[in-house]
Amino acid sequence: MNPVSDLIKNLADQHGRSRHNLLPILQGVVEQEKYLSEFSMTEIARELDLPAAEVYGTATFYSFLEHKKMGRYIIRICKTITCSMKGKNQVLLAIEDMLKINVGETTPDGTFSLLQTNCLGFCHKAPAMLINNEVFTDLTPEKVRDILSTYMKKKGASHDN
Amino acid sequence: MEMINLTIDHKPVVVRKGTTVLKAASSIGIDIPTLCYMKLDDMNIENKPGGCRVCVVEVKGRKNLAPACCTEATEGMEISTHTIRVVNARRTVVELILSDHPADCLICAKSGNCELQDMAHHLGIRQIHYEGEKSMYREDTSPAIIRDINKCIMCRRCETMCNDVQTVGVLSAINRGFNAVVAPAFEMNLDHSVCTYCGQCVAVCPTGALTEVDQTGAVIRALSDPMKTVIVQTAPAVRAALGEEFGMPAGTLVTGKMVAALRRLGFDYVFDTDFAADLTILEEGTELLNRLSAYIAGDQNVKLPILTSCCPAWVKFFEHSFPELKDIPSTARSPQQMFGSIAKTYFADKIKVKRENLVVVSIMPCLAKKYESSRPEFAVNGNPDVDYALTTRELAHLINLGNIEFKSLPNEEFDAPLGESTGAGVIFGTTGGVIEAAVRTAYELFTGKPLPRVDFEELRGMDGLRKATIDFNGTPINIGIAHGLGNARKLLEDIQAGNSEFHAIEIMSCPGGCIGGGGQPYHHGNAEILKKRQKAIYSEDKNKTLRKSHENPYIKKLYEEFLGAPMSEKAHHLLHTKYFDRS
Repeated sequence: MNPVSDLIKNLADQHGRSRHNLLPILQGVVEQEKYLSEFSMTEIARELDLPAAEVYGTATFYSFLEHKKMGRYIIRICKTITCSMKGKNQVLLAIEDMLKINVGETTPDGTFSLLQTNCLGFCHKAPAMLINNEVFTDLTPEKVRDILSTYMKKKGASHDN
Repeated sequence: MEMINLTIDHKPVVVRKGTTVLKAASSIGIDIPTLCYMKLDDMNIENKPGGCRVCVVEVKGRKNLAPACCTEATEGMEISTHTIRVVNARRTVVELILSDHPADCLICAKSGNCELQDMAHHLGIRQIHYEGEKSMYREDTSPAIIRDINKCIMCRRCETMCNDVQTVGVLSAINRGFNAVVAPAFEMNLDHSVCTYCGQCVAVCPTGALTEVDQTGAVIRALSDPMKTVIVQTAPAVRAALGEEFGMPAGTLVTGKMVAALRRLGFDYVFDTDFAADLTILEEGTELLNRLSAYIAGDQNVKLPILTSCCPAWVKFFEHSFPELKDIPSTARSPQQMFGSIAKTYFADKIKVKRENLVVVSIMPCLAKKYESSRPEFAVNGNPDVDYALTTRELAHLINLGNIEFKSLPNEEFDAPLGESTGAGVIFGTTGGVIEAAVRTAYELFTGKPLPRVDFEELRGMDGLRKATIDFNGTPINIGIAHGLGNARKLLEDIQAGNSEFHAIEIMSCPGGCIGGGGQPYHHGNAEILKKRQKAIYSEDKNKTLRKSHENPYIKKLYEEFLGAPMSEKAHHLLHTKYFDRS
């Protein structure tokens, strides 16, 4: 059986199979797979006996439930006003320059995806960004280049967050 | 029951606890305008997302305005429904909706029937003060339904029909904020989805976001082609609703005027789908009797209950959702397709017209009939049995185009031989009608005795799920009736679990049956209209001399001259079909 199908089955066993268990199951799949493929959403719909449209509707509503293929590390840089005032644009340019991708894109080797996010609640330490679940604050172009270099070195590792 | 006292526009009103302000107001004749809200009384169908905010009212002591459709009345409330503040808020709300709405009312298919247009008119909007981003979404065309999402106002009525009433689950709100649209899963097109084309989304859409595929142009071309013989069949539910399009009260029967109008439009022969409905009863009724007799004789393999198969949306529904039950429905084709099949063989031979030169048009209360007529199994060498299926609304449009003064037309009769029908054929148009027609014939064929009565009141009504037991001369036959696919699903789940007590079940996809079909004049949420149409159908049945399908003389002749007997090999080839697993 497909590993994603197994994962979905396990998540459904763990959380339950009613409508209100949909969100934790979607989150569980995103945690493992980084995104929700059409296949996973169809499988979830089948497992929970929900219309696929409803699963897709829920997945597209929440910004942290990606439904396009994502890289191993998802960078989410805050796009709101405080971070902008504290130099987010320079940080973003540094990232784009270093990874050679624009916002919304994934590096060809599938390591990084670059997205913008709404407020992370770190206005007092702006600019801020997330890489997967880790928060980085008080960013400068230099600092962000160091952070990305560390991640690039980790790239060979088989499993990390 | 706890009662609540409040005042609305200074008028005192007492309502039950739990009543909304909107309902309380309407109980004393105060009309609060609504847009997204929809309620079909007695059918358990309600849509109140509180999304459009057109129904806002002022509540004394409350800072903001309250949406009347989803605000519960509370003790001592003082409501004002039409203050300057309220009216201004409504105007702003509608202006904001219009600011992201294409301004092509002049050429919109829904013009004149659009609730948004009516609301803008009602509020006297002459200028849109706001300019902002415009939605740009691709148009999606399927065999029956067109989605033009730029005209969607997110009222969510289509979702209520698709998910809660029909349980088909094709439509859902996708994405968020300005990008939100109502779409099938993965934003695929309707024709790739499990959509049944029941058209209930179109029937309730307040704007032009969901409309039918318009085939009037193709029909006009056929009518003006001298090489073509164009014949038309009219479904039973059409005659009980067409008059509404010309300002006649709901429930007016316009059978004779409809025939006259079709003749003036230039159709060479005006026939009746009711004839084919009688034919359906003979095929389906015989199939029921065969299965019943085998069952009574102790055959363990016989499939019961038998399910009716006249409704194309229902057929597509079980092909998608219950493919393992596809041996249970009757194999009889729908009346529309039986008519097409007989017209392009028996009748074409009779009038010595080649199949390619005979154009069969049907007038249907239905959008799924457009899809059904395009199914490849209903064509011979690419020539479809039914060329075009128009809705009741499209026929009204044709009549207007033809400059025909509908109301003053004389009553005319259908042509022979495919225009003769019995009362049993007529009641196909309402929930409970197909099975009542089947009972009238099956009883007499089974018992060999004449029916003691023709009217089976126990099979009639508007409840979503009904059941009755009919005594077939000592053999009790259990009958189930469902309208609305959500109700049908309940019966199917019982069959799957092996708990079904029924011998025969009638299923119609649309609430009320064909009278409430997706191609009928818009009811705009008024369920009374459906009840009046139902009454009209039963009154036409009552006024017929012949009320049992097997007594139709032209049906008898058709079997003698052409088909042989019900379920004969020829009948099988021309009048029966098979179903596909589309899961």
